[in-house]
Amino acid sequence: MAETSPLLEFKGITKDFYGTPVLQNVSFAVRKGEICALVGENGAGKTTLMSILFGMPVITETGGYTGTIYLNGRAVQFSSPMEAIEAGIGMVHQEFSLIPGFTAYENIMLNREPLRPSVAVELFGDRLATLDRPTMKKHAQRAIERLGVTIDVDMPVADMPIAHKQFTEIAREIDRERVQILVLDEPTAVLTENEAAILLEALQRLAEQGIAIIFISHRLHEVTQIAHTIVVLRDGKVVQNVPNKDVSVRDIASWMVGREVKTSHREHQKRSELETAPEILQISHLWVDMPGETVRDVSFSVRKGEIFGIGGLAGQGKLGIPNGIMGLYPAGGTVLFQGKELNFSDPRSALTAGIAFVSEDRRGVGLLLDESLDWNIAFTAMQVRGAYLKKYLGGLLSFRDEKAMQEIAQHYIQQLGIKCTSYRQPAKELSGGNQQKVCLSKAFALEPELLFVSEPSRGIDVGAKSLVLDTLLRYNREKGTTIVMVSSELEELRSICDRIALVYEGKIAGILEPDAPLEEFGLLMSGGNQ
Amino acid sequence: MNKTALQKIQDFIQDFGWPRLIIALFVVVLFLIAPFVGVRLDASLQDVIARFGQNGVMVLALVPMMQAGAGLNFGLPVGIIAGLLGSTLSMEFGFTGWLGFGMAIVLSLPFSLLFGWLYGVLLNKVKGEEMTIAMYVGFSLVTFMAILWIILPYHNPAMVWGYAGKGLRTTITLDGYWARILNNFLALRITPSFTLPTGTILFFILLAFGMWLFMRSKTGTALTAVGSNPDFARAGGVSIDRMRLISVIVSTIYGAIGILVYQQSYGFIQVYNAPLFMAFPAVAAILLGGASLHKASIMNVVVGTFLFQGILTMTPSVINSLMQTDMSEVLRILISNGMIIYALTRKTRVTK
Repeated sequence: MAETSPLLEFKGITKDFYGTPVLQNVSFAVRKGEICALVGENGAGKTTLMSILFGMPVITETGGYTGTIYLNGRAVQFSSPMEAIEAGIGMVHQEFSLIPGFTAYENIMLNREPLRPSVAVELFGDRLATLDRPTMKKHAQRAIERLGVTIDVDMPVADMPIAHKQFTEIAREIDRERVQILVLDEPTAVLTENEAAILLEALQRLAEQGIAIIFISHRLHEVTQIAHTIVVLRDGKVVQNVPNKDVSVRDIASWMVGREVKTSHREHQKRSELETAPEILQISHLWVDMPGETVRDVSFSVRKGEIFGIGGLAGQGKLGIPNGIMGLYPAGGTVLFQGKELNFSDPRSALTAGIAFVSEDRRGVGLLLDESLDWNIAFTAMQVRGAYLKKYLGGLLSFRDEKAMQEIAQHYIQQLGIKCTSYRQPAKELSGGNQQKVCLSKAFALEPELLFVSEPSRGIDVGAKSLVLDTLLRYNREKGTTIVMVSSELEELRSICDRIALVYEGKIAGILEPDAPLEEFGLLMSGGNQ
Repeated sequence: MNKTALQKIQDFIQDFGWPRLIIALFVVVLFLIAPFVGVRLDASLQDVIARFGQNGVMVLALVPMMQAGAGLNFGLPVGIIAGLLGSTLSMEFGFTGWLGFGMAIVLSLPFSLLFGWLYGVLLNKVKGEEMTIAMYVGFSLVTFMAILWIILPYHNPAMVWGYAGKGLRTTITLDGYWARILNNFLALRITPSFTLPTGTILFFILLAFGMWLFMRSKTGTALTAVGSNPDFARAGGVSIDRMRLISVIVSTIYGAIGILVYQQSYGFIQVYNAPLFMAFPAVAAILLGGASLHKASIMNVVVGTFLFQGILTMTPSVINSLMQTDMSEVLRILISNGMIIYALTRKTRVTK
């Protein structure tokens, strides 16, 4: 289809954030009329690459990049998204950037409205020109027709179904003069299957009209359906750049996740004693209304003493599971812990039953940033178990036992090797890894029967990551505490978990042994088995 | 070496804050000038300390709500109204002396509890806008009570208008009831014009100790965590609304006791519009003492009240003798409102 010279070419793009490489020598090209699918796990570098293309300020603020982008054979470097747009590159975002109260045509023509001359314009300039609404409508109508869908151009965006909003946004991008390249970042993520199918058709139609499309998606079957070429990014490198010929979803999945496991030096041992262990946590038909991480219908059970992993891509609902059980977001269904039912409407219920939670939102939920470490570590145990309190008058009055709080803080600072000046240091002054250790200490101080750990290694460096995982593993083996670990890093789950459940679109797609083949994981994570 | 010394001074200033420093220096300068313009130092000191005791408890009342993240209690008049009800009822029933003062506190309690609870429930519904709402709650309640002071069936001739025989007077003297009862308790006459109001100071220390204990209790700890990071507290099994409610109730009770201390020291009960602006000096004082919107300590209360009352007492005597004009009221308004504005603009300094 595309024998012409490339329209857009990335050559040797390399970028690091504060010493952590996110893109290494990325090179590939997109031709006129070609749909290029860009796939990869979360954090593989897709978003960064697109930020570079668009000249997002975040790139220059963090030291720029090396390598060159060629547009029509000419090296370009955009210093702002406006320049990229003027050069003919359109971007459709995951979140809609539409004005809800405006109609479809007003949104499509926003800031490019044809104007109608009048006396006022002669006197005071363009600011007083009126809009040429009929022309606007005609333009908008034409743009929508190019997509091959029907949308009422007079309808306010706020009243539209989600799919129509998506189409409106695409129509806006393609209506610009000289648009040559369209970038779509997970355009189907919010759509139902029917709507997605219409969108894919529209994209194919656009490609036939000669627009090059970069299509970022986690839905691999869509990729195999419409892409001409498939570029797979993994850990910032292009691991595959192949034409979409005889490529199966299974292939893509294994390319996506199939990294050599570097940080994991642990040999996974099957623990047969777990098979007969009683079930400590039974979850059935759990739903959680957590924005961006909706859990729809999840059932599974966890055995006493095991490390149970929950994996999946971002936004599929894995984070919603612990947050819902801990009562932090509206939830329903039944969760039995040691045979007793938990009450989701009260965070205290799970805590007093003996469940602790290390939140993925370390700075928002996990820590009292302005308070000292002893407060951070002892607080939850004090409130839930009444620990670290001195009682007077036969328990009538009880006050903080600062000495005991300091002792427990000292204990964990030593045991977990938290780097700090003393227990008096405010939590906000610690590094990410050390903050995570404080969060773990807080959970350990509760002496839980079951510990939920959510994204334990998010935003911390490799060394600290391995320490945190070691700590969890040791805690599990020494105290027999059951651990449920939620993580978007598959390799981290595989290194310490006994079983791993994968979440896709708010449901459990399957439960695997950690030594199952990688492509199995990839398939379940991207809904490829359906 | 020099640089580190300079660094230290800078750090200290950063920590202590410019406004506080300027005002502290100003108070010191006023004290230094005083003897030269014929103002007696010991009399000034007596004034400052007496007014410190008089206002201290009301400043103390702000601590729990600030710690719980419910903002500056501009609705302090809610507590003050409870206190006024307590003292007027105690007078109406004819209690005098220590019994009168004690009964005033006891009688104010049910009102503080009820008002505090209603006020707290309201503030929980307007999270993020507490201060604005609180101010108007205070204004409305004071105005509403202005009607009730006329209608309520008070009969004690010492309290009601002489010609009508009903309706409270705007100022009611406490002479013969419990005027200056704390001030005179164990009062130490140090020089002819300097008498230490020992009882009032002791009572303040007692209440400050109570507040200190409360903040160290399990509830006080939870309350502080709510102010510091509500999400953290909630994940720790603490009910945010309940903690805020408790903080508002405690603040209201302290506000009620605060006005009772104020009354006995001043010698009068002031009703009608008097409580309208009573929150402002208290708020200004605690901010002057170094409290931020989410962190306030007893030390902030002591330092702030002392500085603020120092300015208030020293400016009329010293500046007026210097310049022959009455500047004190202007300065009071300037400092109290200036301090509040300063603190509100610093809101963003809280780490998130």
